[in-house]
Amino acid sequence: MANGMETAYNFKEVMSRTERLAPGHRMCAGCGGTVAVRAVLRALRPEDKAVVGNATGCLEVSSFMYPYTAYEDSYIHNAFENAGATLSGVETAYRVLKKKGKIKENFKFITFGGDGGTYDIGFQSLSGAMERGHDMVYVCYDNGAYMNTGTQRSSATPQFADTTTTPAGTASEGKVQVRKDLTAIMAQHHIPYAAQTTFTANFRDLHEKAQKAIYTPGAAFLNVMSPCPRGWGYDPSELMNICKLAVETCYWPLYEVVDGKWILNYEPKNKLPIEEFLRPQKRFGHLFKPGREELIGLFQAEVDKRWEELQNRCAAKQ
Amino acid sequence: MAIRERLSGNEAVAYAIRQINPDVMPAFPITPSTEIPQYVANYIANGKIDTEFIPVESEHSAMSAAIGASAAGARAVTATSSCGMALMWEELYVAASDRLPVVLALVNRALSGPININADHSDSMGARDSGWIQIYAESNQEAYDNFLQAYPIAEHASVRLPVMICQDGFITSHGVENIQLLEDDKVREFVGEYMPAHYLLHEKEPMAVGPYAVSAYYMETKRAQREAMKNARQVILETAARFESLTGRKYGFFEEYRMEDADYVIVLIGSAAGTCKAAIDEIRSATGQKVGLLKIRVFRPFPEEELANALRDKKAIAVLDRSEMFAATGGPLGAEVRAALYSAGSRAEVVNYFYGLGGRDITVDDFKEVYAKLERLARTHERTDMYTYIGLRER
Amino acid sequence: MAENRIHEKSPWQDITEGNQIYEPATSRQFCTGEWRTCTPVYLAERCRQCLLCVPVCPDSSIPVQEGKRQAFDYDHCKGCGICAKVCPFGAIEMKEGK
Repeated sequence: MANGMETAYNFKEVMSRTERLAPGHRMCAGCGGTVAVRAVLRALRPEDKAVVGNATGCLEVSSFMYPYTAYEDSYIHNAFENAGATLSGVETAYRVLKKKGKIKENFKFITFGGDGGTYDIGFQSLSGAMERGHDMVYVCYDNGAYMNTGTQRSSATPQFADTTTTPAGTASEGKVQVRKDLTAIMAQHHIPYAAQTTFTANFRDLHEKAQKAIYTPGAAFLNVMSPCPRGWGYDPSELMNICKLAVETCYWPLYEVVDGKWILNYEPKNKLPIEEFLRPQKRFGHLFKPGREELIGLFQAEVDKRWEELQNRCAAKQ
Repeated sequence: MAIRERLSGNEAVAYAIRQINPDVMPAFPITPSTEIPQYVANYIANGKIDTEFIPVESEHSAMSAAIGASAAGARAVTATSSCGMALMWEELYVAASDRLPVVLALVNRALSGPININADHSDSMGARDSGWIQIYAESNQEAYDNFLQAYPIAEHASVRLPVMICQDGFITSHGVENIQLLEDDKVREFVGEYMPAHYLLHEKEPMAVGPYAVSAYYMETKRAQREAMKNARQVILETAARFESLTGRKYGFFEEYRMEDADYVIVLIGSAAGTCKAAIDEIRSATGQKVGLLKIRVFRPFPEEELANALRDKKAIAVLDRSEMFAATGGPLGAEVRAALYSAGSRAEVVNYFYGLGGRDITVDDFKEVYAKLERLARTHERTDMYTYIGLRER
Repeated sequence: MAENRIHEKSPWQDITEGNQIYEPATSRQFCTGEWRTCTPVYLAERCRQCLLCVPVCPDSSIPVQEGKRQAFDYDHCKGCGICAKVCPFGAIEMKEGK
């Protein structure tokens, strides 16, 4: 167990904590992003203060539209590609001011970025902040495309997804490339804690990972799959079902890397075929037209390959 | 008692940073400013200051982290040059818009391409619209003195804007000169403690910074920012006055050298002023021709009225730019000086020359030739040579 | 609240320095409930207070007090319907309109 873990998950207690993301933000109805933010911030001990960072993206332009901030805690948005660097400045300031006796209270540092701001344009800044070991958590709310600007592909976009810059058409099957495995890349920074999670019925997986990420000294990275009903093309009310399918098909495995040790947190008893995850989403609609079975096969093969790779990492003698 | 030393411009600025003991310094190496973070890292490694150094992975992250640190309530500093500043461009605007009193030690160097490491003002001139106060130095002494005045200006309640303290790459940054330094306690008293009213780590109230501001707010936000820049004028002068009472060294928006009776005047920024002064002394003693220099110290806020008053009745003026702006006419300083003179109804002849791009030397003889051209222009009013490069090879 | 004085007709002199806001959660003043086209209806008699609806709300619109969920915050609920889908007891029904 990472440092700072003490009590077993008490769902009722956690749900009773004071809300740290206020309503009135302008995210779309059914947005997965704010579900992720709420869940991460709930993992803060109620007595701790926090500074929340944010890369430019849906979350930023919706949760701090002047003069309305949705945060109970201090909040800083700087730009798109520098959430890691910005919060590393805040965290460093905290250490100095604490050392100089100007601050007494405990602050934790959590920054949120979408996959565009994390996997792509903010990748360098994230990598630098993690490598330097700032005592902070970088949370990627991964919805697999540039949703704020209207669903352009990112390196987190899965293969074959129909996005506005990889449209499926008569001469295109959507995105050509497979998605970047950022969680693994961050784990390879040899930071004390990296994890991948999404929303499960009682939010235990996400809660415990957020808690470890926040309270493990040093740099931590959390990748939270946060579905986007508009970009993925499913009915907003289906959020939890989509997440369940992502986990049960092993498209989005739940795992963590604690001090270099890879741990699989959930293994489906009956791994579902990837079609189950793809079918409810319009962005994969073209894969279900006659004659495209091969593409689904390719998608399945990629999922299987990564799943096996992950199982090996988790089983390997460590 | 002042301390007499011999330091390079980079050493002088690093020495000032040690004396100020700021809270956070994120920085990334780039020639010719690299020495500044190196010296500071050394001070830290030897327990001379308790600044936290952040060895960021880029200049964009350097300014991003400085913004984070400053918003958090810390005194932040960074240093850079040229492409390093170009990489921070976006962040320069954010620092100013967020009203964060970050101080940047800029060692001016030409922007790529082609890549070139020498003195040129294209880096800071390109950032002239970013909302930063810009103060330039002729010498190591001025770089040091300006740096000590930076935080009192930046952090003043009526200003709250970032400040860049500029010196010329290599010429000033690496040239070792005699310098008078202040004692540490005097510096600390002069600069004072940083006590922001609002900051992220405030224990009693949270702060949110960096919102999305729709068009209903953006213009009002810019206007408020403009007011701070206007307020900076007074604060710069007050700070200079306070500095003068401490050191005897006098500073303003610009320095006037043998300007009282001058007919022919050169306007420029930075280290070339020294060479120009030598040319003026030689010309005056050899021919008695009334030549003078106006050396800009504060380019942002732009001292339009004071500048026009100093120049309006001159016969001919050459504004010398150390950076191109590819208008296919003049450079940035030329454009602004001309505008100031026009508004003041001046009838002075004005030419706008380029010099020293990418570190090209400018000599006493070059300056003599400029003054000769000004005399001819004032006499003949033949405007044939309005924009030209000094020291350029031509067929 | 200082931010109450800032609105789209505010003169530039009233804009906070650097657009900074010195209070928590001012977004509560903005009613996103107006966006709703479907509305969740809470059937208290069916609710067993399992709280599974609480964490799935993107709009923090299911308040909890003393371990029990309260009525929907209709000022902010956008009517996405995720809560109705996760309720094991049919205690949330979606109806058309506001």
